[in-house]
Amino acid sequence: MPTQDSHLGVPCDDVVIRLEGITRIYKVGVESIRALDGIDLEIRKNEYVAIMGQSGSGKSTLMNILGCLDRASSGRYLLCGQDTTKMSDAQLARIRNKQIGFVFQSFELLGQLNALKNVELPLIYSGNGWLSRRALAREALARVGLADRVRHKPNQLSGGEKQRVAIARALINKPSILLADEPTGNLDSHTSEEIMALFDRLHQEGQTIIMVTHETDIANHSHRIIRMLDGRIISDTAMPRPANKEVPR
Amino acid sequence: MRVFLAEVIGWLQFVYQTICLALGQIWANKMRSFLTMLGIIIGVGSVTAVIAALSGLRAKILTQVQTLGTNTIFIWPNRPTTGPKANASWWDIRFKPEDFDDLLTYCPSVLRFGRTSGLGRFTISYRDKSVERVEVSGTEPAVHQIQHRTVSLGRLISEMDEFQARQVCLIDPTLRDKLLLDKECIGQTILIGYHPFVIIGLLEPRPRSIFSGGESENLEVFIPFRTSFRINRDPWIMAIAESRSPQQNEEAVAELRCFFRRTRRVGPGEPDTFNVQSLENELRTFDKIALVVTAVAGGIVGVSLLVGGVGIMNIMLVSVSERTREIGLRKAVGARRVAILAQFLIEALVLCLLGGLLGVGLGQLLTWGIANIPKAELDMAYIPWQAIALAFLFSGAVGIFFGMFPAIKAARLDPIEALRHE
Repeated sequence: MPTQDSHLGVPCDDVVIRLEGITRIYKVGVESIRALDGIDLEIRKNEYVAIMGQSGSGKSTLMNILGCLDRASSGRYLLCGQDTTKMSDAQLARIRNKQIGFVFQSFELLGQLNALKNVELPLIYSGNGWLSRRALAREALARVGLADRVRHKPNQLSGGEKQRVAIARALINKPSILLADEPTGNLDSHTSEEIMALFDRLHQEGQTIIMVTHETDIANHSHRIIRMLDGRIISDTAMPRPANKEVPR
Repeated sequence: MRVFLAEVIGWLQFVYQTICLALGQIWANKMRSFLTMLGIIIGVGSVTAVIAALSGLRAKILTQVQTLGTNTIFIWPNRPTTGPKANASWWDIRFKPEDFDDLLTYCPSVLRFGRTSGLGRFTISYRDKSVERVEVSGTEPAVHQIQHRTVSLGRLISEMDEFQARQVCLIDPTLRDKLLLDKECIGQTILIGYHPFVIIGLLEPRPRSIFSGGESENLEVFIPFRTSFRINRDPWIMAIAESRSPQQNEEAVAELRCFFRRTRRVGPGEPDTFNVQSLENELRTFDKIALVVTAVAGGIVGVSLLVGGVGIMNIMLVSVSERTREIGLRKAVGARRVAILAQFLIEALVLCLLGGLLGVGLGQLLTWGIANIPKAELDMAYIPWQAIALAFLFSGAVGIFFGMFPAIKAARLDPIEALRHE
């Protein structure tokens, strides 16, 4: 469908993600491993979802597919109504650029670039001009509370600050979904709380968030917990809304 | 149209950024980058120096050809290395004055000619001052006309001086000063050996020529050709001729050869016992040699660029594997394959062009070096702009050629695998 690109950047109305019978089969030699085995899932706008499961349960594979880093072996994945399974690599790159924000466990900041340049990175690939990049990156850094750390390089930042820079980077293109893979995995409990508070605030501001975690108290920040085992969803429970948490700063 | 323009501007921005990034990367790994570029630096540097030397030599020869006149032809005796005259004595080989009789009749392309006689070295004295071992030669008036020699004072040797075999001479200012003559020395008498000569002119010194060779301090004393036989009965005779136009040089040379073969009785099939050489011819011979040297130097630089290119490829592969996570991240935030490919290709290109730049710098240093070698005749050495353009073109081509494989490797990385890479 050649018109798919034109939908990019259009805010999703209601259903952000719809997975229909997604499977992912890895071929290792002659054996084939079903990492995902018939996943049906629907995530609406402004949902706050945690995906839990043991290692090998397929949660990372699911994240990769949701993030358009990987393609499903079969099934359909609609992101904001567009069928990603039929897209070319270049189109998927554009989807990742515009629609998806990634937050990784180990931050993945580029060491030689300062915070501002790191946050600008996705804008380079979306063809923004120099001035607009600067402005947007400053804005995003201010949003995560790092307005005074703009010129710092990653090795001058604490773990929590690094993750905030990474979150600012993920948010810069105003993505439809924020995908966080163990966002607090490399942080101490105090910093973890700060980061989770930031996620909570982003959610309150209307951001759709999906995160993978194996820590229950982190997952408890979310409003919906999906548990996985052997490539299947074994439970999908809505959490009772917790009392409004205090937003830091 | 606007969309297209935006695309182009976007790409330019991307290229600019990538260049900055590449420079940052090179700066961050200064030592490694320098060692990688060394092959290219040395290759480009040495070849530009060789080309500079050749260009300088050619420029030098060209200016001298122009000052000496482009239709000048030199004639001098030469003992062949083969044939019946190979072992003849120089006595038999040398020119005799009568060898030139009727030359102009038989050589219609020759406008005029003049003979010179090398008389040997003499002690020259004025009052109680003397200078030893000064080369003295006899010249016909035509010689100085063909060579465009001028005097700063007095006059050149005239037909009358020649005809009457007057005891007159031309000297140069250096000799005048050495003999402590007056500044205005015209009319004063000096002794060449034991023969008194009246100074009629002070020669304008001529820049030392490649063709005159040898000593840096060449004092010049000229006397009329006929007069010279009074001092030395059997002088070493050479001649200088002028063709009617530069286009007739070859014809004139051919006629002269034919003429001298007959007058000197060189049998059919025997090699010449003399040399007839036009300056233009000399230049052409030089160009032939220069071409061969350039080709050899080009071959050497080709090999060193190849080696340098392999070095670049190696370091780029290392860079790709070191930055696998970065590549994964870039892909995750929306870099297309082309963008990753361009990034690494530009990095290799920047590395190579920087090498080329440093190489041209090295070449310039070497050129200064060789230009200052005394007596090497290379003081006019310069790097022609074509050589610089070519150096950059080649190093750029090497960058693209050898950077392509690592860049493709980077572009093809799977983002998931790349992000998992340690």
